[in-house]
This record gives sequence, structure tokens and C-alpha cells, in this order.
Amino acid sequence: MDGISALIVDDSSVMRKIVERSLRQAGINLTHVFEAGNGAEALTLLAESRVDLILCDINMPVMDGLEFIKQLPGVANAKGVPVVMITTEGSEAHVVKALSCGAKGYIRKPFTPDQVREHVIPVLAGK
Amino acid sequence: MKATKELLVTSTGHEDWVPLLELAAREVFELMLGCQLTSSEDVIDTVMEITSMVGLAGELRGVLSIQCSRESAALMACKMLGIEQDKVGPELCDAFGEVCNMVAGNFKNKISGLSAGCMLSVPTVITGSNYKLHRAAESLALETRLLFEGTPLVISLQVHR
Repeated sequence: MDGISALIVDDSSVMRKIVERSLRQAGINLTHVFEAGNGAEALTLLAESRVDLILCDINMPVMDGLEFIKQLPGVANAKGVPVVMITTEGSEAHVVKALSCGAKGYIRKPFTPDQVREHVIPVLAGK
Repeated sequence: MKATKELLVTSTGHEDWVPLLELAAREVFELMLGCQLTSSEDVIDTVMEITSMVGLAGELRGVLSIQCSRESAALMACKMLGIEQDKVGPELCDAFGEVCNMVAGNFKNKISGLSAGCMLSVPTVITGSNYKLHRAAESLALETRLLFEGTPLVISLQVHR
């Protein structure tokens, strides 16, 4: 797989590092990793930078993950960029809501690198 | 000698949630920290000097908290980040808060029909042991004690009625 840039959105810096490590363990060649602590920070970052993949938590201060992905269609740098949610919110209602808002994948915390691989690789392949 | 692995229930109802609380914690530590929480019949005297709390609102209202020693919390952070324990700095509170957040989320996801109707707050971490947590009069307290790398961990859930 060619190198990709990823944006990881989570209010926990530790979790952002874990997600990055899991992506690398999944065999994804990350050329650059952008980090944001909430949806608003992520939108600011996307105004300046283009990424290939977004991984996003739901429960965050300032702007949560669902509000963030609702706003992505209006962001030029996010056009066609797949979003995978990584969150403690595990109900079917949350999954349905996230997918209806435009998410392409959903990973529940706690997770393993294998689960990251299973959910992210098909999304990157456009399946 | 009092058993460390004591399940404390101060009121009737929801007692069957204690094993779910324990299972939720065991899964988080196994998947995210790569270690097994264990049970012990021995009492280990430790100063619980760091507490992480996550509030629950909606169909289930209350507070889930985890208490342990500062050394245990630092060990959690180094296991999560894959770094040496003496390299752990400000990430300690962030990591400990995230552990509590994942245990709370994993717990509510295990209760049929509850997950979507229960919201979690962002975690809060308190350092120091000289404080008392006053719970609402009409609340139920569930508690489980486990060992993390041989050191005690107290996981509590206070449910507001």
C-alpha cells in the first residue's frame, strides 16, 4: 500500500498515539499523521491540509465527532476522504447515526490492532 | 483477614452488574494494556493517591471511578504508550482518564438496551488521597477490587436513583 496521511481526532493524546501505533501495526504506511483534540481543531487543520484517512472519536469537548463529520461535506480538503469512528460509544444507534452522517467504518474501544486492520484496510481500498 | 476480592453492594438491585463491571475492566486491560487483571484473597495496603472519574447521564445516572496508586497509574500509561515507566510525564493523567472512560463505555455497552440511552462525560482525574467522595443519599454503590500487576485497583460505580 502506498504511503498515506492520516488525521486522528481524539481528546486524549494517549489515545491518538495508540491509534497511530495500531495503524502502523496494521501494516498501513503512514507518511504523515495529523492530530486534533476535537472536531473544531480538526476542521481548522483540514482548512490547510489534505489527508487520506480520518479516524475520529465521538465524545469530545468543544465539537464532538458526529458534529464534525456532519460538517465535512463543506470542507474541500475532506472531499472523498473516508472517516472511521473509534469510540467507546458502542450501541447500534450510535453506529447507525455515525454511518448515516458519512462515516465509512466504526471501531469500538477497547480495540486490538487486528480490529483496526479489519476495519481500516477495506475503507482505504474503497470497499 | 478480609478478602481483597470483595464485592460491596450497599443496596439491593443491580448487584448482577458487578461481574459486568469486572469483565469490562478486564477486557480493557487485556486489549489496551496487554495484561490481565487478577483477583487476590490477600489484602494489600496501598495508598490510593489517584482517582479517575467518568460521569454517566441519561437512562443510567451516576459516576464510575477507578482508584489506584500513582505508580500503578504510571505503569498503565507506559503500557498504553509502550514507553519506559520513568519516561511517563503529563500523559499519566490522560492515560488513566482514558482507561476509566473505556471501562465506563465497555460496561454500559454490556447492559442490554442501555448503551444508546446513557451518555458519558469526559474523564476527570484527581491526584492526592486526602479527600472524601460524598455520594448522593439516594444512590447505590457497586465496587470491585482487582490487582493490576500485583497492585490494588478499586473500581466503583455509584448509581443515582
